[in-house]
Amino acid sequence: MYDAIQAETISLAGAGGDQIEAYLARPLGPGPFGGVVVIHHMPGYDEQTKEITRTFAAHGYNAVCPNLYWREAPGASPDDAAATARAAGGVPDERLVGDVGGAVAYLRAMPNSNGKAGTIGYCSGGRQSFLAAVSLPLDAAVDCYGAFVVGRPPEGMPLKVGPIVDRTPDLSCPLLGLFGAEDSHPSPEQVAELEKALVEAGKTFEFHSYEDAGHGFFAVDRPSYRPEAANDGWQKIWDFYGRYLAS
Amino acid sequence: MCTYLTEKVNVAGSGKGPAGWFTLSEATVYFDHPVHAPAEHTLNIDFLNRGQGPSARVAVELTAESARALAEAIQATLASAPPGLI
Repeated sequence: MYDAIQAETISLAGAGGDQIEAYLARPLGPGPFGGVVVIHHMPGYDEQTKEITRTFAAHGYNAVCPNLYWREAPGASPDDAAATARAAGGVPDERLVGDVGGAVAYLRAMPNSNGKAGTIGYCSGGRQSFLAAVSLPLDAAVDCYGAFVVGRPPEGMPLKVGPIVDRTPDLSCPLLGLFGAEDSHPSPEQVAELEKALVEAGKTFEFHSYEDAGHGFFAVDRPSYRPEAANDGWQKIWDFYGRYLAS
Repeated sequence: MCTYLTEKVNVAGSGKGPAGWFTLSEATVYFDHPVHAPAEHTLNIDFLNRGQGPSARVAVELTAESARALAEAIQATLASAPPGLI
């Protein structure tokens, strides 16, 4: 099987038509391939998220990761950009939807696309993946331990986001949720509340919560990494995208 | 978790970043995931000059214990400075 991939920095039209930086990884075979928008975690558009993006290409998906902090910090190193974005209270929801929408359009317009596109996000990106899926027509979405889909940030926290669980009826696609049972944001109770909303809305979804794992268990460069949960989580992702995004 | 909890303080002084010394205008202090330190959460301080963009930044990530020790050391040092110098 021909398995070459190509990965490079590109520019795409995000919210408001702004040209923003993004990292594209794609298989070089004939396809057609499904597309994945990788929504980076709060620490930003970093090396590890680019590696995740390449992993999707290696598994037969066009994958693009928009730099959500490009406007605040064009050209800055990911940690400097993340520090600037966090000081500003994070990425506004409306802008996130526009940026992910632009990335979805880019993927669907690629010559080797099968026309399908989904999202995956980690940490703050997990909530943003859900937000994109209730705001845009998608084919599949993955939420990896996204906080504040249910519940509000604690008092005194300047994070400018609110709960979006009430938008569950607008979910446009199947949802895969991967959570750590030891996480407090989202807590198991909040995950259960989201699950209840999905059942009530009659949506297609599957949730997996891993014991002995907390927030950020996919992050291979952090102490929160839990290989057992992460390895199984990747398998769940391949199975899920295989059903809803692959040709 | 991603706390976003941030204290901001205006500061006067200088810091040395990747491009050399620059004038500081602000410091942000927050307890959140580190980029580099081997801990789940750390006390992070960014010394910044907003006018010079995101890269004008000196960053430290400290364990809670060492951050408290540093704060005490700063207070003790200032308290013991000879009269007339501060």
